[in-house]
Amino acid sequence: MEHLGETNLVREMAVGKREGFNSREHLRNAQLQAEARGYEDVLIVDVDAHHYENQYFGEIFKYIEDPVLRHLALQREGNPANILFTAPNNQFNAGRLLRYGGIPHEAAEGKEHPETTRSRRQREAIGINYQVVFPTPMLALGMHPDPQIETALAWAYTRWWTEEVLPQDNSVKSMVYLPFFDVDASIRMVETFGEMPGVIGFMVTSTRYAAVHDNKYMRLYAMLEERGMPLGFHAAFNQQERLFEGMNRFISVHSLGFVLNTLIHATNMIINGIPERFPNLKLLFIESGLAWIPFLMQRLDNEYLMRSNEAPLLKKLPSQYLAENFYYSSQPLESGNMEALELTMKMINAKSQLLYSSDYPHWDFDLPSVIWDLPFLDNQSKRNILGLNSLEVFPKLKAEVLGKMKNG
Amino acid sequence: MADTFIAKAEALETGQRFLASISGTEVVVFGHKGRVFAYENRCLHQGGPVGEGMILGRVVAVLDAEKRLLREEFSETEDQLICPWHGWAYSLETGDCAGLRGARLRKFEVVTEKGDVYVRTRD
Repeated sequence: MEHLGETNLVREMAVGKREGFNSREHLRNAQLQAEARGYEDVLIVDVDAHHYENQYFGEIFKYIEDPVLRHLALQREGNPANILFTAPNNQFNAGRLLRYGGIPHEAAEGKEHPETTRSRRQREAIGINYQVVFPTPMLALGMHPDPQIETALAWAYTRWWTEEVLPQDNSVKSMVYLPFFDVDASIRMVETFGEMPGVIGFMVTSTRYAAVHDNKYMRLYAMLEERGMPLGFHAAFNQQERLFEGMNRFISVHSLGFVLNTLIHATNMIINGIPERFPNLKLLFIESGLAWIPFLMQRLDNEYLMRSNEAPLLKKLPSQYLAENFYYSSQPLESGNMEALELTMKMINAKSQLLYSSDYPHWDFDLPSVIWDLPFLDNQSKRNILGLNSLEVFPKLKAEVLGKMKNG
Repeated sequence: MADTFIAKAEALETGQRFLASISGTEVVVFGHKGRVFAYENRCLHQGGPVGEGMILGRVVAVLDAEKRLLREEFSETEDQLICPWHGWAYSLETGDCAGLRGARLRKFEVVTEKGDVYVRTRD
């Protein structure tokens, strides 16, 4: 019989003891899964994981360029409410998810940044080789009443991330936050950070009222297409969205909120022919799961056949653009009905268009086993989704992986 | 039939939880309100360490005679063991999953003899 030692007493964790929290120990069962499934010869790329950048605002705010905004931010760095767009939130499920209380207290190993320690521990436990890491509270900045805040924080955060943390660990990658409200600022972000080590793409937070087909964005799309670097639209939810005013529970707002803006942006992209205008622009929809795609395919195809005059740039059915021109991250994989999931994966060409994502450490994270254990996928499809498709979407990552293989 | 020694009963009474590897299965053993429970330490969802989770009364909705919601409260008779990874909740008494009918944690028999707690397995 194994008796857990003092540091591992589960009861201590259950009552909320935070000091000594270790992501590797929290994910011990994930490590057992990885070993049982033999992931050591499977390339696993997680295209959507997170950190809580608000833990490090003391390090980030110094990079805010505008002196007035920097002064504002630095006055209450421990309380970001004076600069972020915030709303009620129950990600931690009223304390039931123990890591939410533990992660902020996780100590760094040696002189490395705490994020580097945490990221390596959880990546190794889960079995992930490479991981794209995104911020968390900043995902709401697209709704901020002052767009200057988004522009300023996107710049400051990216400087901190690419200069202070990313260089410590080659396995961590970034899709740089673009302040989409300001096209010129977004272009400056691409030009400034696009070639930095660890940067493999760019990201727009989906929760915003922007019309993604607006002419003002064409310069940006052309620039990304030319560079061969993907643009991701990362979903989130907005508790203060007017449509959700009658929704009293986190589960309600989260379930709909993470697909609402994704549906809108994907529809506008297709109907306005963005894939025809930029056929080599790689667009990745992140963290909306998959169930919304068959819904949108059927809705748009049905109406397009009656109103093709409203979408004159299209050369094929909307569903074909969704199945051939867009990429999708997998989490949260809706797997309650295997027949529906199998059909969904067929409809979206998952074998080439789907990219595994964990969303760790968020409350609804997925392990690689959600893909690996699917009974209807062949081995090659599993390997594609877990890692190989990402190499096609992220050329810089592909070059790095191939370089490593060449060098043994 | 085989009994696997877990711990002294008084250790469980202090709130300590124990893990035992029994025939390759990781079993979590813990006490709660004077009773001892043993379950496989693997959530039915994605395999999380359910035995590390919080124990909390089931949330119940209280309606009035006209079926209007009056309030919500924690059950005083039904506790749940909640997986710390994603929040899947199980009846502490039976291991039944709160959200998925028919799904149940594997429960093990616990016996206490002369102050020693054992998990009993049968072939």
